Amino acid sequence: MNGTTLFGLCAAALVGIGLYGLIVNPQPLRKILGFNVIGSGVFLLFGVIARRGAAVGMGGDPVPQALLITGIVVAFSATALAVALLLRLFDEGGSVTLTTDAQQAKTKPDPPDA
Amino acid sequence: MPHFLPAQDVTTPGGLLLVLAVLVPFAGVLTGIVFGGRGPQRVAFATLAAGLAIGIAIADALVRSGDAVAYILGGWMPPLGVALRADGLSVVMLLAVAVVIGGIGVYARADFGMPPGVREARAPFVFWLLLLAVWGSLNLVFVSGDLFTLYVALELLTFAAVPLVSLDGRTETLRSALRYLLYALLGSVLYLLGAVLLYGAYGTLDIPLLAARVHPEPAAWAAVALMTSGLLAKTALFPLHLWLPPAHAGAPAAASAVLSGLVIKGSWFLVVRLWLDVFAGVVTLPSAQALAALGSAAILVGNVVALRQTRLKLLIAYSTVAQIGYLFLMFPLAAGLAAAGLDSATAVNGGMLQAISHATAKAAMFMAAGLVYTTLGHDRVADLRGVASALPMTVLAFALAGASLIGLPPSGGFLAKWLLLSAAITTAQWWWALVMLVGGLLTSAYVFIVVVSAMAPAHEGWTPKASVPRYQQAAVLALALCSFLLGAAVLCPVDVMQIGRTVSWDTVSP
Repeated sequence: MNGTTLFGLCAAALVGIGLYGLIVNPQPLRKILGFNVIGSGVFLLFGVIARRGAAVGMGGDPVPQALLITGIVVAFSATALAVALLLRLFDEGGSVTLTTDAQQAKTKPDPPDA
Repeated sequence: MPHFLPAQDVTTPGGLLLVLAVLVPFAGVLTGIVFGGRGPQRVAFATLAAGLAIGIAIADALVRSGDAVAYILGGWMPPLGVALRADGLSVVMLLAVAVVIGGIGVYARADFGMPPGVREARAPFVFWLLLLAVWGSLNLVFVSGDLFTLYVALELLTFAAVPLVSLDGRTETLRSALRYLLYALLGSVLYLLGAVLLYGAYGTLDIPLLAARVHPEPAAWAAVALMTSGLLAKTALFPLHLWLPPAHAGAPAAASAVLSGLVIKGSWFLVVRLWLDVFAGVVTLPSAQALAALGSAAILVGNVVALRQTRLKLLIAYSTVAQIGYLFLMFPLAAGLAAAGLDSATAVNGGMLQAISHATAKAAMFMAAGLVYTTLGHDRVADLRGVASALPMTVLAFALAGASLIGLPPSGGFLAKWLLLSAAITTAQWWWALVMLVGGLLTSAYVFIVVVSAMAPAHEGWTPKASVPRYQQAAVLALALCSFLLGAAVLCPVDVMQIGRTVSWDTVSP
């Protein structure tokens, strides 16, 4: 197994773990972390792709590196927005669950009767 | 393969207009922040006028040249550089969004005008900035020529749309906003993963280059599956629609109109781009059928749940869930037409018209519901008596918009469903025709329930809780009329939507 395959598999594992966490965990903060783990997997994969040019003697492919940095910035702002919303929700409602009281018994978050 | 690129890969006359279409709304956001106070509203109105003019100028350039308008940023050619392109599909969406945003802007003057004596209030200040940001991001979605710029555009759209949900800052709306954001983030990260796979396999993200290089193999299949499912979560296609009704129904009326009419169309448009232009040779008829099967489920479930709602805004939000379903019926129809060696334009035009007529009609309906709420102080469907006498124009607008959703002639919804139905009959896929007809019946049921309830005479001595400015009613009626008269698009001498579609299903499919 060469380095590229190893990193590729690590990226796939990170995406899988993150996706599982995002879907299964009911707490919003853990969902946000799950999103970040998926993001790390995607960025790692992009990094591997950027290194591919090295095989033909080039230092690497600059395009994925540029896109990767943009992607990290976007994921960072998304996380900041989500955490800000979460903090505001805690200030206003005193709790951070995504389900309303009427739905606590249910397992699936149906839309509440707003 | 560069052989069909040269026509696309130069900056065409009018190409700079594409840059302006994106730049002007964002410049509005920044100047609005600098001015503060009443600044954002004034800047927004100036931008609305300028943006509409830019949209018309782009349409003019497109029709004149008879080919897609393109702009190469910084003179760097793809695949290293980034191109902006607008074909017929982009241009009609640009124009439709400019018109709807204009209508919403006029309506929102009353709800989000700075109250007299206040220098700066949070909700009005933020609303106008976000309205411009949503608009700029949507324009970027329509004109982007490569998949990564589209990712950035989608994220911008999400970041602008999520705070619109929680403008009033109540716990309930904050919760819907957070849920919406989580769905949207999952969607965009899946989209990005697909884009990364494509770059790894084909070394470019430019749409025409990619369309020429992509071929059916596991990497392309994985990419199309990831990107499509991500975009479906953002578009709220059944069964990923759970975030939509609370988010859209809880927002203030003008914000609901933006979210329901426009924002979901951004990610839907991207599905159209991917399936029709990028992956035309990769996706198969059964996969398109699966997409439309989800759409049919959305139509049936959304309409039935809408019928059971007791609150007007939730009813309209579930109606959006159903109408999103119609948007996905075009895929197997276009694939079927192409497979039979016919022009897939009928199905594509039908889908696009459905998107535009829904954008105008749904914006009008949400704003009408906002006026009803202001007048009555509640929006219980069973208790709307007196509305028709207090707000005759608004009830007319609601009925006209409803007629367009049902698909009565001469509305845009009628023309869209007619095109889709004829495509369904031509390709012998009668089951989609059946779904459309049943959906139309269910839609008519809840539109009639609301209109009949609103027509009931008021109790003796009943007075409206608050009076509504006439221009708000006029804005709602104008958008509803746009939707109702959109069927006249059939009289258009040139098929604007198909201009500049160099890559299409029939040219790429083997």
